[in-house]
Amino acid sequence: MRTIGLSVFGWLLSISCAFAAIDPALLRPLASDGNDAKIAAITALTDGAQREALPVLKAMARGSLALAGDRVVIVDGQRVIDAATNTEIIPAPEVTESIGINNRLRRELASTLAALRLFSSDREVRWEAAQELASGADAELLPLLEKALASEADQEIKATLRMAHAQGSLGSSDALVRLAAVRLLGESGDPNLLQLLGPLTEKRDGNWIEPDSAVRAAAGTSIRAIEKRLAFAENVGRAFTGVSLASILLLAALGLAITYGVMGVINMAHGELLMVGAYSAWAMQSVFQAHFPNAVDWYLLAAIPIGFLAAALVGVLMERVVIRHLYGRPLETLLATWGISLFLIQVARTVFGAQNVEVANPVWMAGAIEVMPNLLLPWNRIIIIGFSVAVLAAMWAILNLSRMGMFVRAVTQNRPMAGCVGVPTGRIDTMAFALGAGIAGLGGVALSQIANVGPDMGQGYIVDSFMVVVLGGVGQLAGAVWAALGLGVLTKFLEGWTGAVVAKIAVLVIIIIFIQKRPQGLFALKGRFVES
Amino acid sequence: MSSSPARTPFIVRLGRSFDARSWLLVGLFAAFALIAVPIMHLLLPPENPLHLSTYFITLTGKILCYAIVAVAMDLIWGYGGILSLGHGLFFALGGYTFGMYLMREIGRDGSYQSDLPDFMVFLDWKELPWFWTGSEHFLWAVLLVLIVPALIAFIFGYFAFRSRIKGVYFSIITQALTYAAMLLFFRNETGFGGNNGFTDFKRILGYSITAPETRVVLFGLSALALIGTLLLARYLVSSKFGRVLTAIRDAESRVMFIGYNPLWYKLFVWTLSAMLCAIAGALYVPQVGIINPSEMAVANSIEIAIWVAVGGRGTLIGAVIGAFIVNLAKSWFTVSFPEYWLFFLGTLFIVSTLWLPQGVVGLYRRLRGRQTSAPDSEPAAAAQGPSVTTVAAATPVTKGAGA
Amino acid sequence: MNAMNAMNASAGPVSENPDWDSGTAELGHMFKPGELDLSHKVVLYLEEITVSFDGFRALNKLSLTIDAGELRCIIGPNGAGKTTMMDVITGKTRPDDGKAFFGQTLDLTRLSEPEIAHLGIGRKFQKPTIFENHTVFENLELAMKTDKRVWRSLLALLDSAAGDRIAETLRTIRLTAHADRLAGLLSHGQKQWLEIGMLLMQEPKLLLLDEPVAGMTDEESERTGELFLTLAGKHSLVVVEHDMAFVKQLGGKVTVLHEGSVLAEGALEEVQADARVIEVYLGR
Repeated sequence: MRTIGLSVFGWLLSISCAFAAIDPALLRPLASDGNDAKIAAITALTDGAQREALPVLKAMARGSLALAGDRVVIVDGQRVIDAATNTEIIPAPEVTESIGINNRLRRELASTLAALRLFSSDREVRWEAAQELASGADAELLPLLEKALASEADQEIKATLRMAHAQGSLGSSDALVRLAAVRLLGESGDPNLLQLLGPLTEKRDGNWIEPDSAVRAAAGTSIRAIEKRLAFAENVGRAFTGVSLASILLLAALGLAITYGVMGVINMAHGELLMVGAYSAWAMQSVFQAHFPNAVDWYLLAAIPIGFLAAALVGVLMERVVIRHLYGRPLETLLATWGISLFLIQVARTVFGAQNVEVANPVWMAGAIEVMPNLLLPWNRIIIIGFSVAVLAAMWAILNLSRMGMFVRAVTQNRPMAGCVGVPTGRIDTMAFALGAGIAGLGGVALSQIANVGPDMGQGYIVDSFMVVVLGGVGQLAGAVWAALGLGVLTKFLEGWTGAVVAKIAVLVIIIIFIQKRPQGLFALKGRFVES
Repeated sequence: MSSSPARTPFIVRLGRSFDARSWLLVGLFAAFALIAVPIMHLLLPPENPLHLSTYFITLTGKILCYAIVAVAMDLIWGYGGILSLGHGLFFALGGYTFGMYLMREIGRDGSYQSDLPDFMVFLDWKELPWFWTGSEHFLWAVLLVLIVPALIAFIFGYFAFRSRIKGVYFSIITQALTYAAMLLFFRNETGFGGNNGFTDFKRILGYSITAPETRVVLFGLSALALIGTLLLARYLVSSKFGRVLTAIRDAESRVMFIGYNPLWYKLFVWTLSAMLCAIAGALYVPQVGIINPSEMAVANSIEIAIWVAVGGRGTLIGAVIGAFIVNLAKSWFTVSFPEYWLFFLGTLFIVSTLWLPQGVVGLYRRLRGRQTSAPDSEPAAAAQGPSVTTVAAATPVTKGAGA
Repeated sequence: MNAMNAMNASAGPVSENPDWDSGTAELGHMFKPGELDLSHKVVLYLEEITVSFDGFRALNKLSLTIDAGELRCIIGPNGAGKTTMMDVITGKTRPDDGKAFFGQTLDLTRLSEPEIAHLGIGRKFQKPTIFENHTVFENLELAMKTDKRVWRSLLALLDSAAGDRIAETLRTIRLTAHADRLAGLLSHGQKQWLEIGMLLMQEPKLLLLDEPVAGMTDEESERTGELFLTLAGKHSLVVVEHDMAFVKQLGGKVTVLHEGSVLAEGALEEVQADARVIEVYLGR
């Protein structure tokens, strides 16, 4: 993306600006021997002319700068362009020597080019260039940065440029300049700066690396300030991964919150309904790859209704064939649905094979938002959080606003009475179970984006899902949400201290202890209905 | 106040809890396991049609241990109404505690020729963790088998029953406990061999663990343990304690309002059940030669419940029959049709809950009730017989449920 | 083994506790610790009991006293708090506020259900709850007043005295012929009788009876009334009933509950004449 932007920008630049010629005497040293001489030449070139130097330096970075006799030229395929005037030389002269570059020069050119982009008229380009420089500017760029600072109007870019300038100024011989720079850097949250500032507070061979004590003290303060900011970012990051885990737990448990929480059916095959959803996503991916290769990135949108319907269909079958006959016998339901889960696992093995299948993230889910230098929020996680909120909202709406939701609540509260006033209780049971199963299918579609998809995947979620529902309190949608959030964030913070496995064990133990204290969960129903 | 003069010695009352026909059966079983099996395995040459193979001894010995677990499960579930999904944990804990002894008996014969068990050498540990202290003594190991799982069960049960956690809640909580324990044992740092658990045992009390004589002795011990378990369970369920227990299962609040505290009744049977599982686990490990955390998998604990359900809840012999049916079927399927085993097991779960609430024993009783003239015949003798009928009954349902 | 010890140590509902003597000696009369003290001729005190479920007040500052040997009827419309009151007395529900004493000394709000049962409060539920998979005989055996700790139950044998008591109760509740039948097979009225029989086997000092004649024929309910009248005096009875004919037959004091507190109290005729009671029952 960036290279495309750069070349477009370069092209724009070449046609939109009146092009002043560069003094060939400034160009000639670019071909001199030795890195130091070349760097000096680059600095001199950018110091005198700015925009005009851009094509030359870019050509140099590409390695297409050359000498034709005494003239510095740019070789572009068959054409040869005069570097000083940026016009084609016709007929093309013979190239006598190409100007080579090594890694050090390449770095130098990159930052110089970035610095030059600071003078672009496009804000985005300037912003990107400033950010690039803020993560590693050196003293040679200072004059350029000062010029850019003087001409920059945008406050955000200006602040970033000041950071870059401060980094460059650390090497200054003036203690006051260094002091100001160190203080300014303390306002950053970039972990790389710690390496830069760290030496200023250390001794080497018995002598302070930084001679000035005021600068040393300021460096110490700045380091602490940066570390504090980093720790904050880390905690925010943990909270985010916690919320992300919570959204996954919630998606896994929401279906259960209906089947178990509202209907009271212990569905041990719930994990396998997640699996059905996940395999639907895989199937849609395969269909799109085969028939709509251009739209393959959008297979996930098609997988959402398919996953819902597939899992709901399995749910209807389960309810009609087995669960229907076991209402009011929870322990038997538990065993029978466990049997169903074994059955579904074997079906998946037979149909899709025992190995995990590959489900790829669509392009629009890849990448991440950078909030702070050490805080990246991946898009797939963000989308899943959003998805879980959407599913939650839809489920709430169905249960509380629709006629079917009203029937479901009526049947679960008083089955005979609901039957008496004409609610088709049998059909409502089936529909409610199908809804719970379908939502599990949606959870499965989401899980396919971040977890392995295989026949055994469901088994891994069954304990967690039940923990969420039990902890939240049976029959409580809000309880499930809070329980998922609490468990997700708690797990991730514990992981920071103890590692993943111990955190998981600790969370389970905490839940077990909690249930002893509050057997009805976080949000308990009270009164007469508790016993029934 | 006291209504229990206990004039009759306890052992006599224990004996009286079986009727004459049951004693005869137990005697026959004991004679088979303790006399016939050693002769048929050790003395008869392999060509003899009556010779029992090592495979038979190991498989049956294993299932005898499972049968003990099934009876323990039946006590708590069939009679107490408490479905535990944590019995796999107690079974595995019994296996692990006894496995520690077996690991120490390897001595320096391991791959690293060290005094430490191989996995500790591999982890670069220099000394035994504190909880391995004394594990080289057989009696200490036996004591641990009896105490450790029972203690864990007692503490967990005390808090769970005190908080009046029951029904499905209790099942789910025990499942979480087992799952947590499995994760714990999967860690290398826990000190029980991580993923691989304990294996490569060499000796038990100095005798080679793979010697035919040792196998026969272990088999006999398992049979004796099963008989002891059945006797104890029979006594319990026919005592007043058993009547209180089933009363708690059927109407717990009524039990409380006539002055029994269900907590202690549940806790007693729960702890006892865990102990029986641990004993079974300790007998199981030397016969199978391995114990690892997968024994604590959620699936294993639920499978125990299905043994009991298939055989017939609330009948002790049913639990034994169920353990035999399901496990014989398992060893047959996993060899002949591994891909159909889960279909079969899944169907078994569904069929036994939907159509066989009283299990095979209930089915047998119903059939016998129909043909009233039929003479006495004992279901226990036909351990393999009913499995055929179950398979036959299951087949049409497989199609129905799979559609 | 430690399990056994713990059970024996703490299963006794109210075990001998030497501290009780010194702490309560200043009350000025003799009583045995953990036993019912009827020195003021009152068996049950309820004082300002309040119970609320999610904002709904099931009991609202309910105060009630039952004298020793009294037969009290409690009536009131649905939701008046009758069942909740029984829940509080038997330890099933803890009140948010208020005091509940059995005799002078036993604080019911601090005891568990089995402890309260052991002290001598028996309860019959609205819906008959018996052990359906046990025989009638076994139901009575389980209810019989005895040491109900685990260890005792493990070793318990029926002696002849106990057998005689069960036989006597069977005659009283007219189920002698059904002694070996499963209780679940009895008719509804027989189940009610069996539950009453179980109560008698407990030898309670206070009986709480929630709609004891519901589902009984007129003849059965009349006989039940006679039984209760013979029990009164020796025991105290609290009967919750809707059947006014039955209440009239019992003839004791009547308490009317409404919205969680006492609306009226007195003889049946007085209460029936009370304007507020009429309003509550008939609506306005």
